[in-house]
Order: sequence, then structure tokens, then C-alpha cells
Amino acid sequence: MSNNNSSLLLKNARLIDAGQNLDEKADILLVAGKVAEIGASINSTAATVLDLDGAWVMPGAIDMHVHLREPGFEHKETILTGARAAVAGGFTSIACMANTKPVNDSAAVTRFILEQARLAPAKVLPIAAISKGMQGEELVEMGDLVAAGAVAFSEDGKTVADSKLLRHALEYASLFNKPLLCHCQDNALFANGVIHEGVISAAHGLEGIPTLAEDLDIARTIMLAEYLDVPVHICHVSSKEGVRLIKSAKERGVKVTAEVTPHHLFLDERAVVDLAYGETLDESLKPEQLCYNTATKMSPPLRSAADVSALRQALADGTLDAIATDHAPHEATEKAVEYDLAPFGVVGLETAVALSLRLVQEKVLTPLELSARLSLTPAAILGLDDRGTLAVGKAADLMIIDPELQWIVDPGKFYSKARNTPFTGWQMSGRVIKTIVDGEIVFTL
Amino acid sequence: MGFKRKDLLGTRDLSALEIRSLLESAESFKEIAERPLKKVPALRGKTVINLFFEPSTRTRTSFEIAAKRLSADAVNMSASTSSVVKGESLLDTVDNIQAMAPDIIVIRHKFVGAAHLIAGRVGARVVNAGDGANEHPTQALLDLLTISEHKKLEPGLTVAIIGDIAHSRVARSNIWALLTLGITVRVCAPPTMLPRGLDKIPGVVVCARPEAALAGVDVVMMLRIQLERQDRMLFPSIRDYARIFGLNRQRLELAAPDAIVMHPGPMNRGVEITSEVADSDRAVILNQVSNGVALRMAVLFLLGGQGHE
Amino acid sequence: MSENKENSVCSAQDVTQMLKRIAFEIADRNSASEKLVLIGVLTRGVSLARRLQKIISTASGRELPLGILDITLYRDDLSIATHHPVVRKTEIPFSLDGVTVILIDDVLYTGRTVRAAMDSLIDFGRPQSIQLAVLVDRGCHELPIAADFVGVRVPASPQDRVMVRVAESDGFDKVTVMPRNSIPQDSTSGEE
Ligand SMILES: [Zn+2]
Repeated sequence: MSNNNSSLLLKNARLIDAGQNLDEKADILLVAGKVAEIGASINSTAATVLDLDGAWVMPGAIDMHVHLREPGFEHKETILTGARAAVAGGFTSIACMANTKPVNDSAAVTRFILEQARLAPAKVLPIAAISKGMQGEELVEMGDLVAAGAVAFSEDGKTVADSKLLRHALEYASLFNKPLLCHCQDNALFANGVIHEGVISAAHGLEGIPTLAEDLDIARTIMLAEYLDVPVHICHVSSKEGVRLIKSAKERGVKVTAEVTPHHLFLDERAVVDLAYGETLDESLKPEQLCYNTATKMSPPLRSAADVSALRQALADGTLDAIATDHAPHEATEKAVEYDLAPFGVVGLETAVALSLRLVQEKVLTPLELSARLSLTPAAILGLDDRGTLAVGKAADLMIIDPELQWIVDPGKFYSKARNTPFTGWQMSGRVIKTIVDGEIVFTL
Repeated sequence: MGFKRKDLLGTRDLSALEIRSLLESAESFKEIAERPLKKVPALRGKTVINLFFEPSTRTRTSFEIAAKRLSADAVNMSASTSSVVKGESLLDTVDNIQAMAPDIIVIRHKFVGAAHLIAGRVGARVVNAGDGANEHPTQALLDLLTISEHKKLEPGLTVAIIGDIAHSRVARSNIWALLTLGITVRVCAPPTMLPRGLDKIPGVVVCARPEAALAGVDVVMMLRIQLERQDRMLFPSIRDYARIFGLNRQRLELAAPDAIVMHPGPMNRGVEITSEVADSDRAVILNQVSNGVALRMAVLFLLGGQGHE
Repeated sequence: MSENKENSVCSAQDVTQMLKRIAFEIADRNSASEKLVLIGVLTRGVSLARRLQKIISTASGRELPLGILDITLYRDDLSIATHHPVVRKTEIPFSLDGVTVILIDDVLYTGRTVRAAMDSLIDFGRPQSIQLAVLVDRGCHELPIAADFVGVRVPASPQDRVMVRVAESDGFDKVTVMPRNSIPQDSTSGEE
């Protein structure tokens, strides 16, 4: 992808780039897959010119948490369909979790993923498992995996329950400067839970997942990282108390970073029994289908309204470093079952940036902060120093956004194979209209 | 007329008018049980399928008798005879049933929302006969019908529900219906069986000990303790539970002098309720059973006898 | 409004006279039968039955048992009815085996209500005989059913609506005929 010598000139953009602390009108010249020049008025006879007429240019979003399902679950998603969904949503790099079949616990699987990704429009970054087969018993061969191209280690979907194993994983990974991405969950407290333990679970008799199940494991993970003085990253924080633990750890100097998903920022537990609350939804859904809709089932679950506002606050003040989708595709029939039996997870790649723009409209984030949470910080956490910002010399990975484009979320139009979104029918304002990877336009609306 | 829904999925969103009209209809159906020929032709030619994924002889029989007394053709399908065991999904199962053109499907299922799931799928009318720990609307309505034989269903009445609230659909359906009628509801359970967050639901009074829940109440509803749950560490022993939460004569004396005692059955005598109380003239447990048939006749009739608009 | 399109057929005074005559005919024809009972079809049939019971009691001292019959569960038009049926309580606190039943309704029209009522009565027991008393027979029967006691015959076309009002439910007694299309939607006055 990167060995092209063509050049592209973006004129009259509003360049928003946290890496350079820039939010201004600019022209941007992309040459040979890199950012070549940024200026008030650039002229180039060689370059193809795109007049953006004030549209936003931001570094391509980097999703450090997606499930691409390949190898093993290609009926849900493939690396190619997942990458197409990514660029349609403004993501230029996506880091894919290891819970495939076979699990990405060996260099062979990592290489397979990268091989499959060669034709993909987005950059695919394999995350390796922490333990062999994700069995929580034996560490993977981290050195080998890093050499093959693994960018991080994670047991996502599960927790590493054995604290000694987690300790060794943290210690050993620090040797390669690769982060551990921890899905924090106390299994005994999580038990058979399916939704947040709160008023809705109490009222509807659905088994609850207490925030305690998450908080307890966040505390354990932070204490290990603090004791060992190594970095750790907390996946999809969903609770107010989790935020508090991370904030206080950061204040003590613990090298902890954390991410949050759009669904945890926009929905609370009420969505489980009334998907229409607060929003006008697809009118084709019957009232019975708005209740116990399995598109609201994910782990961690949609929490209380108080948790949602704490997450928003934490994203604004930087306690939460990154927005990540936890894109978890499932086939429609797998979700068309009793709530208890449905698999956890929702897709997010094609709605995340638009929802993030809402955070700007709702004055939770400034455009610059948004650029940091979507691109700059995720790149830094994953140690990707060639991207995340549009400084001269960096990869020409970017998204062009029409901030006022009105559209309605229609899963039927997703590039992803899966349709399991809780945002069906949401009215959005602002959308990615073009995505560029290594200087090439890979998506046009 | 109050009740015009396609399905009866729960009591949670029934209006007071709907509840009262269901009870009023049920009142008219009681008399049929006293006739020499306990059968009316109202639902002749209609098919009612009792789709039971959980064993429940009582509820199923009650629905079956109700359907038959209305002259409907009642067919029972239980999980062991249906194809569910072969790994078919619930929606596949109901698609197959729908293809046989039933008029009413009565469903009992161990998971919350199963009735809602099929109601959104099929054209047949759906009656929820229990979905997980969520709702069991006909049980709550028959409980109200039974209370109404002794007390006025109006603000000022106090009902205590004691037992495993967390896992009880009977408790939930009763709570919603009682609250809608403006009746005071006290709930009491061991802390391990009291769902966290219940105290935040407006109108529900949570009592830690049965003595507090019983003080001066007009109606006592004891819930069945599912002994098979014991391995889940919810209470240390049956003996301990019976000692602290069981309803015996001394405890019942704390209630109003004319308080009635209810139990959805089947009872664990000597556990949640002593035989002395269960067999006393304060207990209306058998009235609940006979009212169950009348109430279910009313529900089946109001759903199945409706014209299509 | 629509009131002026109503053609009064019987006044309150006429209704009283008709009931007296029907009561006399019933008593006369059944003087020999020991087990005679009155059963009114809800709603207006019950009001009329109560009046007949009182007239007979006053005139002859004979106290006839009175039953109340709701025929909703026996109707043959439930599936085509566009309204939501209301079931009311049937009260027949005596055995029907071997008795003579006087079935009382306000209007005889298609005969379907009477058919449903008879089915219901037969499910209650085995009456010796069933006789039918109606205040108005408006013709256009659809079933082979005729009344034994009739207050007044009002030949009306299916386009007409014959309404019986009784003091117990409507505040006054009156029988009227009016064109069907001029009936206000919320009208609940009795018609079979
Ligand atoms: Zn996870």
C-alpha cells in the first residue's frame, strides 16, 4: 500500500490534529503515502487536488480493540469485511483481539492475520493472547509473537484470573515495550450475569453483573502494575468506581491507561428494556422487540446513568485515554435468541466516529480532545510512532468528515457482515465522507 | 372495555383499568365452574397451544382446563416432546408452531423475555405463563382476584411478600399489579435473595425481617423456596431459613386480625409455611387455585374472542 | 339531532300495558305447570323479566324464580365482532331440570341471541319446555325461531334499527324505529 508515489493535495480543510495541537484552516499535501506539507495555501501541479470546502481533516481513527473473528468465525466477520467497515467509519488502523479459533497465541496465527490483511483497506494490527489457548495457564511465546508482528497482548473476553500468571505476563511483556490490554472481570462475581446489576435487573429478574465484578479486577490489575512498575491498559471501562480507581492510580504515577466504548458513553441499562428511550428509533421494530433486545447485550454491560456521566467526565479530563469500539460482530441468528442465551457484544466500527462527533456537539470534548482520544493516544499506547498525528513525515492516514451531514444509522447498509448494533435508527449529525490510508483514498461515501 | 392487547406478557405495563377489567371478567367466569356442564362454546374451533419449556403441572393444567371449558382445542407441548432438545432455537420452534395456525400460544420458559421474543414474531396471541424470574401475569391476577374476595383492592391495603424475591416472577408480577392499584407492597427476603436495586423502585418497601413486614398487614404472600437453589450459597440451610423467614402461627399474629395468607404453590410445608398456618381458615391457598381457572378463562377469552380490527 | 328521526312506536304507557298482557298470557298458559321460572337475557331482558315477575306476583301471588343469563360466551359472531366483548355474570340459582322456562328478551330480530340463549340453557339442565317472550318482534328472522309471547310486532327492514329503552337502564320506557345510518356512534340502546 505504501509504495505509491502519487500525491494528493487536500485544499481548504479544517485540520484538527492533537499531535500538533492544530485546529485551523489548512491545505495538506500527501506524497508517497506520507504527509509532505501543511500550509495555509499550497499549490502543486503534480498532485491530484481535492477541494474540501471546510470539511474536517483528522488523523485516521485508531481502534485498539476490535474482534475480526478470522480465523475461525468467518460467518460473523472476516479481516477483509471488518477492515472495510473500519475505513467506512474513519478507522485507518485496527488492533484485533486474539479470541479467534485457533487463538492468536503463536507466530503462525499472527502471520496468517497479517497475510489476510494485505488486501484489507485498513492497517490490521494483531493482538496476541496472554496465555496459550487463552487457558490462563501458560504464557505465550511473547518474543516470537512480537517478532511476527503482534502489537500487544490481551486475553480479551476473559480475565487472567491467576494473579501470578498475570504478574509474569506484565513483567515479561515489559521486556518488549508491548502493552497488556486487560479485560477486567471477577469471574465469580460476574457468574451468569447478563445485564448491569441495578434497578433494571432487579425489576426484570435478569441476572445482574455487579460493577464490583469489574472494579475489583481493575483494582487488582492496577496494584500489580504499580507493584511491578510496568504499564498496563484497562479495556472498556464501564463503571464510575473503575474510573475512580484509574484516576487515583494515575495521580500516584502508575503507568495505567484506559479506554471506553461509544456504547458505554451513550447508553445506560434502560436500553435493555426500552431501546427507544431518549431516541427515535427504527419504526419497523415492534414494541416487543425494543424490550430485551439482544443488541444491548455486551460485556461489560450497559451501566447506570450515573456511570455514564462519570465515563463522560473521565473521557473529558483524560482519565480515560482512548475511545475504542470493542467491535464484536455476531451473526443475526446468533443474536435472535433469548436474552440469556445471546452472545455478548455489539458492532461499533461504523458508528463510533459519528457518535464521537456527538460528544463534541454535546460539549463533552473539544475537537482537539476528540482527535487525541481517537488517534493520538491509541497510537501512543500501542507504540505506533508513525501515525496518530498528521505531522509532516507521518503516515498519510486520515479521515475527512462532513461535520453537518445528517444521516440515520441503518445496519442494512453496514460494510460489516454483522448488524448487531444498539444504535439502529439513531439520527446522526456528521459523518466520515472519505478515508485515506497511506495517501490512498480507501473509502468514499 | 379495558383490555384490548394482542398479548398478555406481564402486569408491569397494565393500567389499573386493564387490571380491573380483567378481574371483573374473571368474576363472571367463576360461575361456570359451578354449572353442571362446565363448558361454554365461546372459543369453539380455536386452538390454544401450551408451550412449556419448564415443567409445571399446575399452571399447565390450569390453562388447559381453562381452554377446554371455553371449548378451545388445547394442545400441550413440553420441552421434552418438542424439538427444543435437538438444539432448535426458540424462534425456529415458534415458527413451526405458527405454521400450524394456533390462535393462542401460552408459553412458560426459564429465560426472561422469551414470551416477548415470540410475541414479536408470531401472529398468534401470546400469554406469558412465566418467563424466568420476570413475570407470571396470570398468577398475579388470580392472586388479586383472590384478595378481592376478602378485601377491597384499593389504597390503604397492605400486602407483604416474603421469600425468594430475587428469583420470583410471582413476586414481580404481583408487585407491579399491586403498585398500579395503589396498594402498599412490603417485600422481605434474606439479603441474598433480595435483588440489589429493588429498593430504588418507587413504592416498594423493603423489610429486613419478616416481623417488620408482617406488622399489621392485610395480606401475606409467602413464596416458594426452591430447595434446589441451595447449592448457590443463598442460605446456609433449610432449617435456618425456616427459623428466620418461615410463616408460623406466632408470626402470623403480627398481621392484621383478619389478614389472609396466600401461597402460589407448590408449598414446602414446614419450610416457608407451617402446616398449621397453611391449613388454617386464614389460608386462601385453594381459592387461589380455583380462581386460577376462572382468571385464565377470562384471559383466553378476551384474547381469543376478540375480533380483528 | 338524530332524535327527530326516531319514530316512536310505543310510549311508556304502551310498554306497561304490553307487559301486563304478556304477564297475564304467561300465567294463563302455564297455570298448570308447577315449575315455572323466568330467565332474562342481559341487559334489558332482565329488566323486563323483573317487571313480569312483579306483575305476576301482584296479580296472582305466585312468586316465580328469576334467573339472569349472559349469552356472550354462546354467541356465534365473536370472531366477526369488531368490538371487545364484555362477559357478565350468569346467575341461575336453581335447577332447570324438568322446569318450564320463560326466556325473556327485549327484541326478537335474527333469532341468533335466542339460539345462543337456548344452547346455554340446555347446558344448564334439561328444561321441560322453553317459551320465548319478547317486547318487540321486528321480523327478519334468520333462524326458525318464533316468540310465544309478543308485546308488539313492528315490521322493520334491516336498514332500520328498532330500539327498546327501559327505565332501569335508560331512564324511561320507549320503543322507537329509526334509520340505521342516523344512529349516533355511542348509542348503546338495546337491539338484538
Ligand atoms: Zn473485553
